[in-house]
Amino acid sequence: MDHSTAAVTHEKGLWDGGASPMGISYGKLMMWFFLMSDAFTFSGLLITYGLVRSSNPAWDPALGEFFFSTAHWPIPEKVFDAIPFFHGVEAPLVFVGFMTFVLIMSSVTMVLAVEAGHRMDRAAVEKWMLWTIIGGLTFLSCQAWEWTHFIVGTDTPTVSEVFNVKTGVWDKINVFGANLHINQYGPPAFADFFFFITGFHGFHVFSGVLLNFLIYYNAVTGLYDRRGHYEMVEKVGLYWHFVDLVWVFVFTFFYLV
Amino acid sequence: MAHKEPEIVVLPPNTEKIKQLWRVALILGIVTGIEFVIAFTLPHGPAKTFLFVILTIVKAGYIVGEFMHLRYEVKVLFWAVLIPMIFVVWMLVAFVYEGTKMIPN
Repeated sequence: MDHSTAAVTHEKGLWDGGASPMGISYGKLMMWFFLMSDAFTFSGLLITYGLVRSSNPAWDPALGEFFFSTAHWPIPEKVFDAIPFFHGVEAPLVFVGFMTFVLIMSSVTMVLAVEAGHRMDRAAVEKWMLWTIIGGLTFLSCQAWEWTHFIVGTDTPTVSEVFNVKTGVWDKINVFGANLHINQYGPPAFADFFFFITGFHGFHVFSGVLLNFLIYYNAVTGLYDRRGHYEMVEKVGLYWHFVDLVWVFVFTFFYLV
Repeated sequence: MAHKEPEIVVLPPNTEKIKQLWRVALILGIVTGIEFVIAFTLPHGPAKTFLFVILTIVKAGYIVGEFMHLRYEVKVLFWAVLIPMIFVVWMLVAFVYEGTKMIPN
C-alpha cells in the first residue's frame, strides 16, 4: 500500500453535535426563539406607534388647559384617569398602575412556581400556579373594564367635524368614546393603536392564562412527577415573564410618555 | 399487580433564592413608583421621555435577567438574545426621528 491513513485524533468540539452549546434543553431554546420573534412583533407595533405619534402635533401648553381634539395627540394621563366605582373622580394612571402591580406580582408567583418545580415540590407548584392564574385573570378583568370605559367614553363629548359625503359639508358632531373610525380623545390612530397594542398584549395574557392552567392541571394530575421533572413549568414561565416584560414597555410607551 | 411509582424526593425550599426573587420584585415595585413620581412632577419633554426609557430598560433587565434567568445562562445564549435587539433600538430611533419630520406645517 502506497498510501497510509494518518490517525487523526479529532477532539469533539462543543458545536460538533451530541452536546447543548446553549446550555439549555431544546424546548427551552425553542421558547427563547419564539419569544424573540414575538418581541419583534411587539416592537413593530410599538415603533409604529412612536412613528405615528411623533408625526402628529403634540399638545401645545400655550392653548391653556388641556382639551381633547383630533388636531393633537392626547396626553395619556388625561385619557386614562378613571377608576371603577368612583365615577367622576380624577385618578390619572392609578388604575393602570394597579394593573402593572398585578402583572408583576403574577410574574413573581410564576418564578416561585418554577423554583418549587426544581425541588419536585408538587404542592408548592400547585399553590404558586394557582396564584399566577388568579393574577392573570385579575389583569384580564381590569383590561375588560379599561376597554369598556375607553369605548363608552366620558360624560362630556368632544365636538368633532366630520365630512358628510352626501351634502358635501363638514358636520359638527358629538363624539363619545372610541371605535376604530373615530374617537373623542384624539386622532383616529390613537384609539386604533390602543386597541391593537393593548389588545394584542391582552390576547397574549389570555393565552398565557390558558397555558398556565394546563400546567396547573398537569401538575395536579401528577404528570410531572411521573415524568421526573417540572421543566414545562419553566418553559411556560418564560412565556409568562415575557408577557410581563411586554407590559412594562406598553406601560411606558403608551401610558407614561 | 403492584405498580411501582417512581420515588419522588422533595427538597426543602431554597430560602436564599426565594429571598433574592422577592428582592427583585421589590426593586421592580420601587422603579415603577419612581416612574409615577416622575410622571406627575417633571414637565413633558425629551428629558422626561429619556428618563422613562432608562427606567424601563432597568426593569426589563431585571425581568429578563433574574425572572427569565438569562443572566445565569451561558454567554452564547445571552448574546444571541441580546444582540438582535440592537435592530429594534435602531428601528425605534430611526422611525421616531422620521416621524418628527413628517409633521405637516
